[in-house]
Amino acid sequence: MLWRTARQKPLGAIAFLVCVLLILVAIGADVLAPQAPETVDPIKNPRLQAPSLDHPMGTDNLFRDIFSRIIVGSRISLGVGFTAVAIGTIIGTFLGLVSGYFRGWIDIFVSRLMEVVLGFPPLVLAIFFLSVFLPDRSYSLKSFMLFSLSIGIIIAPTTARIVRGSVLTIRNLQYIEAAESMGNTPTRIMLRHVLPNVVAPIIVIASIQIGNAILAEAALSFLSLGISDASRPSWGGMLQDMRPVWLEAWWTAVIPGLAISLAVLAFNLFGDALRDVLDPRLRQSS
Amino acid sequence: MGQYLAKRVLFAVGVLFVISIVVFTAVRMIPGDVCRIVLNTPDVTEAQCEAIRDELGLDEPLVTQYLSYMGGLLTGDWGTTLISKRSVWDEIKTRIPVTLELTLLATTFAFIIALPIGIISAVRQDSVIDYVLRVLSIGWLSIPSFWLGTMLIVFPAQWWGYTPPVGYVDLWEDPLKNLEQLYLPAISLGLALSASLARVTRSAMLEVLRQDYIRTSRAKGLGERLVILRHALRNAMIPVITLFGLQIGVLLGGTVVLESIFSLPGLGLLTFNAVTVKDYPQVQGLVLFFATVLVTVNLLVDLSYAWFDPRIRYA
Repeated sequence: MLWRTARQKPLGAIAFLVCVLLILVAIGADVLAPQAPETVDPIKNPRLQAPSLDHPMGTDNLFRDIFSRIIVGSRISLGVGFTAVAIGTIIGTFLGLVSGYFRGWIDIFVSRLMEVVLGFPPLVLAIFFLSVFLPDRSYSLKSFMLFSLSIGIIIAPTTARIVRGSVLTIRNLQYIEAAESMGNTPTRIMLRHVLPNVVAPIIVIASIQIGNAILAEAALSFLSLGISDASRPSWGGMLQDMRPVWLEAWWTAVIPGLAISLAVLAFNLFGDALRDVLDPRLRQSS
Repeated sequence: MGQYLAKRVLFAVGVLFVISIVVFTAVRMIPGDVCRIVLNTPDVTEAQCEAIRDELGLDEPLVTQYLSYMGGLLTGDWGTTLISKRSVWDEIKTRIPVTLELTLLATTFAFIIALPIGIISAVRQDSVIDYVLRVLSIGWLSIPSFWLGTMLIVFPAQWWGYTPPVGYVDLWEDPLKNLEQLYLPAISLGLALSASLARVTRSAMLEVLRQDYIRTSRAKGLGERLVILRHALRNAMIPVITLFGLQIGVLLGGTVVLESIFSLPGLGLLTFNAVTVKDYPQVQGLVLFFATVLVTVNLLVDLSYAWFDPRIRYA
């Protein structure tokens, strides 16, 4: 079954392998990186060396090895991307489930709430959220979660809309009526009977959103609104750090963006293939 | 139509009202003391703080503050910036043309690229060219606009020693120089949009091309060009416009990044600077302005459906 799917969707299968590879790199970053990302060493890493065998991605303006920083950078870039999608999916699923199940005024309230969120340009909303709730941008678990939340918020409305739509169709089926007449509480029905039947669209939409979340993280870090620092680089932040030397050394401008694009492309293609396999109906709506 | 219009406008106003409350309350939840930001030092005396709070009206009840702020918004008094003491609205007003021009150019570019690609892909469905265009458009979607911007700065400089003039001159003052400053950021901003528009154009065209009236118009001897451009495309535009409406927010948010890369003095750069120096009255004004623009444009997009499809009457 797995093999057949891979044969039908060769591009999706390759993308999936790249995604797995990226995740493994992020997990094993400490072991894989030849140097610690914050190593400043004028002798080992002369300033602005073009890519070579010693430095596969060159060195930056602060005597650091870019390859090591790209590898360790995958942690924040992918980590925030995944956490943001997890947060957005949890919020969106909850809202979609509740508004699709109860309908009536709860549905109206949730829909209006989503309208309000969608009334902001997404990046502007994230910037605003960060400037209000994360004025101190040093790295900690709390700032990591808040940073991810700022991206999760802009992701949640899409998830909520799709979950609500799926719940509305399931809501009218007879087995829900049966579960209700047996005296189950709404919470139990939603969790045990409705949620398992909308898992497929949730997985699909979440995987499609990972790419967007990585892009948003990169943009925010590029604007220096992220949580990266010298020992915890992020790809978007690296691009900003090396900005003064872009024109002198082309690889400083090319490589971080290439990493971002590759990751986003892999997750987009994988999400696309997953959608075709798991839920072809979603092809229209997204 | 009149009734529908009234309903939609009222709804948009309601959304903006809630947004204004959310933004206003959020800004007042910021941890830390405003007077430290204003005076820009950690050691300030209580008397100084008192004076600043009084000046900003922070000792009034929240509702009073909100009402006077809203009253100001409607009469053009958006408050003053914290540090430079300039009028928030004046700061925004002078930067509107830059951002407006950038987003319009990006949109134009996106449609010019997206429509032909979408149409060709649909007409030549499942051919090599269709496949290539589809893979390309997924690839475009994955390129961050700010990275494309850096590429467009770095490589022309590397290869041909070409750098576009920095900054911004007024369109009416020197149109050519103005366009030279804006076309690279506009391309960077518009490319991702063009990719998603092309994908929707393709699928919408595919659906329309299968319909009976297309066969009828071919049967009565209309040229292929006329069938596709006049009969099919117009009906395929509805989903394209819907997607465009959804993407306007992304476009506006993208200006923050691109204006900061290309040093364009627009609303995006102003937002970035205001956030960096923690100038909250300016941030608040800008966020509200962006939201108002987005909600208004979305309203206009909704109303434009009737133009594309006269069957939609909004009864």
